[in-house]
Amino acid sequence: MSKRLLKFVVNGRQAEVAVEPHHTLASVLRNELNLTGTKVGCDMGTCGCCTVHIDGKAKLSCLTLALECQGAQVRTIEGLNEYEMHPLQRAFAECGGSQCGYCTPGFIMKSCELLEQNPDPSRQEIKEALAGNLCRCTGFMKIYDAVEQAAGELRKKNTQQPAPAKV
Amino acid sequence: MPTISGSGETKNEHQLNKGVWTDNGPPAQAPFNVIGKRVPLKDAYRKVTGEGVYADDMKFPGMLHSRILRATQPHARILRIDTSKAEALPGVRAVVTGADAANRFGVLPVSQDELSMAREKVIYNGEPVAAVAADTEEIAEQAIWLIEVEYEPLEAFLKPRDSLKDVAPELQLHDKVEKKHPNTNIHKAVDQEFGDVEGSFKGAECIVNAEFKFDGISHGFTEPHAIVAHWDADDRLQLYTPQQVPHYTHRALAKVLELPMHRIQVIRTMVGGGFGGKSDPFQHEMIASLLSMRTRRPVKLTMDREETFLTGRGRHPTEGKLAMAFDAQGKLLALDSDIIIDGGAYGSFGVVSAYYNGVLSNGPYAIPAFRYHGKRVYSNRIPSGAMRGHGSVNPRYCTETLIDMAAVKLGLDPCDIRLRNFMPSNTLTPYHKFRITSNGIREGLAEAMRRSDWKSKWGKLPYGHGIGVGCAWYISGSALPIHWNKLPQSTVHLKIDMDGGVTVHSLAADIGQGSDTMLAQCVAEVIGCSLERVHVKSATTDTAPIDLGSYSSRVTFMAGNAARKAAEEIRAKLASAASKLTGQPAQYFDLVNEEVICRTKPDVRVTFMEALHEAQADVGALVASGSYQSPPLGTQFKGSNAGLSPSYSFSAFICELKVDPETGFVQPIKIWAAHDCGRALNPLSVEGQIEGSVHMGLGQALTEQLRYRGGQLLNGNFLDYKIPTPFDTPEIEVIIVESADPEGPFGAKECGEGALAPIIPAVGNAIYDAVGVRMFEVPMTPDRVLKAIEAKKRAEAKGE
Repeated sequence: MSKRLLKFVVNGRQAEVAVEPHHTLASVLRNELNLTGTKVGCDMGTCGCCTVHIDGKAKLSCLTLALECQGAQVRTIEGLNEYEMHPLQRAFAECGGSQCGYCTPGFIMKSCELLEQNPDPSRQEIKEALAGNLCRCTGFMKIYDAVEQAAGELRKKNTQQPAPAKV
Repeated sequence: MPTISGSGETKNEHQLNKGVWTDNGPPAQAPFNVIGKRVPLKDAYRKVTGEGVYADDMKFPGMLHSRILRATQPHARILRIDTSKAEALPGVRAVVTGADAANRFGVLPVSQDELSMAREKVIYNGEPVAAVAADTEEIAEQAIWLIEVEYEPLEAFLKPRDSLKDVAPELQLHDKVEKKHPNTNIHKAVDQEFGDVEGSFKGAECIVNAEFKFDGISHGFTEPHAIVAHWDADDRLQLYTPQQVPHYTHRALAKVLELPMHRIQVIRTMVGGGFGGKSDPFQHEMIASLLSMRTRRPVKLTMDREETFLTGRGRHPTEGKLAMAFDAQGKLLALDSDIIIDGGAYGSFGVVSAYYNGVLSNGPYAIPAFRYHGKRVYSNRIPSGAMRGHGSVNPRYCTETLIDMAAVKLGLDPCDIRLRNFMPSNTLTPYHKFRITSNGIREGLAEAMRRSDWKSKWGKLPYGHGIGVGCAWYISGSALPIHWNKLPQSTVHLKIDMDGGVTVHSLAADIGQGSDTMLAQCVAEVIGCSLERVHVKSATTDTAPIDLGSYSSRVTFMAGNAARKAAEEIRAKLASAASKLTGQPAQYFDLVNEEVICRTKPDVRVTFMEALHEAQADVGALVASGSYQSPPLGTQFKGSNAGLSPSYSFSAFICELKVDPETGFVQPIKIWAAHDCGRALNPLSVEGQIEGSVHMGLGQALTEQLRYRGGQLLNGNFLDYKIPTPFDTPEIEVIIVESADPEGPFGAKECGEGALAPIIPAVGNAIYDAVGVRMFEVPMTPDRVLKAIEAKKRAEAKGE
C-alpha cells in the first residue's frame, strides 16, 4: 500500500506526515514525530501505556490508526509540559506515583481527561477512571494520591483565575 | 525498640528513629537532614514528562531493526535451517542462526547452558532459532517467516515429575545435569537434614502436613524487552539495554562474542520494570550484538508482549509436600519439606532457586529440626528464573498455611502461635548460621494486629468474610557473589569539581525502585549538602565502578554502604579545608545543610562551597572511592553459602477479604502490611516498594498463572494473564518498622522483595477464616475456591 498524507495538530503544532494506512497513531507519534513519551506496553489495548488525547478524549494510540486522526487535535504527555509542568506531572513525581515510569505517561493522560471532566473526583471515581491502565510497580495507592493532589491544585488555580469569558 | 510509622498514620511526617547504630559516620543521635525524608525519585521528573529514554525510544543514524524467529516445537531436533529466501528479501541486511554463535552462557558460572540461538535442537516453544536485521521492522518481520526450519519432534518434558526419570542421552535437555542423578533432567538436587527430624515428629503433639501446587507466574513489567546494539567505528560494542545487572551481561557478552570486556560497553537505559525479569544476560542481547557486528550498523530489537512472556525467567511452577511438628503449646519442633520446582529450558539462577526453596524456610521462626529435599528440573517450558522474593515465596505460602492449620488444631490464635515462634534479634540460626541482627517482626505483627483490630475480627466475622495473617523474612543481598573473586560487591566513586556538583558513579541499576535517589541521599547526608547538588551516573560500564546490580535485594544495603564510605572520605577533606580556613581542629566540624560548622563554636562556620574550593587547592576535583564487601558469615557444609546475608528484613501482613460462596470469587478489602526495613531512608519509596509488593503478591495469590497447552503458552498477553487492576486492588496500609540495623547504611536493610511473600498466605488464611476451606493450589482462582467450598459441603453432608 502506498503512503497517505496525514495532516493533524499535535500538541498545538501543525504536523504533516506521510503514513502507511496500517500504521498506528502510537507508531507515528513515536517513530515519525519523535514523541517517544507515549509508550507501547502491549500493542493490543490491554495496558493503557499508550494513552493520548484525541480531540480532548483519552484514547489508546496503539488501537488507533494514524489516518483516523486526519484533521484531529492530538495531545501527548509532551504537550502537558509547555511553559510549566502540568500539576499532574508534578504530583505523580512528588507523591511517588511513578516508579519505573513506563506506565506513567498513560496514567497521566488518562487522569488529565478525568480532571478535565470532573475537577473533584472521589477515590472511587479515580479508580473507575484508571481501571484500564496497568501499573506493575506502585500498587496504585500513590497514583491515587497524585491525582487527588493535582485535582486540589487545579481547583485552587482555577478559582484564582477569573472564569473565561463566554463566547 | 523498633519504631513504627507508615502510610496509615503518619502521612507526611516521618518519625526518625534515634536507635542504636554503631558503625562509623555521624553519631547515632544526630538528627538526619536528608535520610528519612520523603523525597521524589531523582529521575521522576524525566519520567512524568516523557523525557526519560528507554531502549525502544532510541534512534541512531542508519539504525537497523531486528526480529527473532522462535521455535514452534517444545523439544525437537533441527534437521535443516534455510535462510536463503530471507537473505534475498530486499532490505534485509543480515541473518544469523545458532551456527553463528557456539559459546554457551548463563548468569551462574555453574549453569552455562544457554545458546544465543538454538543449535542442533530446540528445547522450548519460543526459543530463538534465527534472527534478521533489516531496514525496517516490517521487512525484518516478513523475513523471519521466509526462514525455513525443519524439525523432528522429540518427547517433550512438560510436567516436572517427568523430568525425574532416567532417559536416553538424546532426551536430556542439557549435557550437564545433577551429578547425583546423571541420566535424568534434574538440574539441581539439594538434600539437607539437621537436628532430630524423625524424633521431633514422633514426639510431637501436633503434626500438620499438606501437598501444595503453584502455577508459574511472570514478572509482567510494562516495558517489553528492547535493546539497541551498536558495533561502532572504534570497533567497540555499545549495548543499550534495560538491565538490572549490567555487569553480568558485560561478562556474558565478552564470552559469547569472544571479545575482551573492555571492548564492550554496556549502557543501561531506563528500565521499565524488572522484578528479576531483566537480571539474566539474555539471548536477544547476544543476537542484536551479533547482527550489529555483522552489519557495522546500530541494531534495535524490540519484542512484542508475547515474546516478552516467552523470554520468561518468572517464578518456578512448584509442587511441594511439607510437614511441620509442634508441641502442645504451639512451639515449632520441626519442618520437613520436599519440593520440586520446574526450571523450564535453562539453568538461569536455578541452582540458587533450588537452595532458597529450602533454606529460606529457616525464618522468621526458630526451626529446631530441619529437613529439605529439593529438586529443580529442566523441562521443555519457558525458562524460570529469579522473580521478586526469589525462591522464598512459594515455600512461604506452604509453611504459613501449615502454621495456621496447627493453630486451629491446637486452639490457638494464628497470630499468637507466630509470636511464640519468632526468632529473636541478635542470634544465629542453629545449622546454617544465618546471622540475624536487627529484627522488628514482633513489633510489626503487634502493630498490624492493633490497626486491623485482629482480636475482635479473627474467627468472629460472618460466613464469607474473613481475616488472615502471613509473615516472612528475606535477605538484604546475597553475602556471596555469583562470581567467586576478591572484588568488592559494590564500589561507588564520587567526584566534586569547582562547580559544586557532586557526581556519584555506580553500576547499581535504578530499575524504578529508586536506587539513584538512595545513593544521592546517602552521599548528601554525609557531606551535608542538598540533594539537588548530587547527580547520579549509574548507567555506563565505562565510567561506573562495578556493582553486582539490582537483584537479591542487595542495593540499598551494599551500594548504600559503599556510597556512605566514599562520602566519608570527601567529608574528611572538607572538614580539614574548613579547619585550614578557620584554625579550628578538623575533627570539630560538622557538615550540615550546606555549611561546615564548628561544633564547639557554632559561629565559626564556612559554606560548603568555601570549604570545597579550599579543599580543591592544588588538587582540582575531589575524588573518592568507597566499597562494600560482606563480612565473613556462615559455616562449612556444602551449599551452606546459600541464604547467607549481612542482614534480613522481616514482615507481618494481615488481610481482610470477602469470599462469595456462590462463585468462589475473592475480594480483598484491606491489607495491613508491616515491614521491618531497618530504617526508611526514603519513606515514600519504602511505602511504594511495599504497596507494589502487595499488589504483585495479590496477583499471584488470586489471578496470575501461566497457562499452557502442551508446550505452548496460551496466555502471553495482558488480557489473559491477569494482573490486578485498580478495581482488584484493595486499600493497602503500610506499617514501616525501623529496627535500625547495626550494619546497614544509616540502619537500612531491604524492602523491595521480602514484602511480597506474606500477602499470599495472608489471603489463603483469610479465605479459611471466611469459608472454612484450605487452599492448596495457587493462584486461588474462583473455580478452585468454589471447588474447595463444594468439597467441604459434600464432606459435611456425609457427616465427616
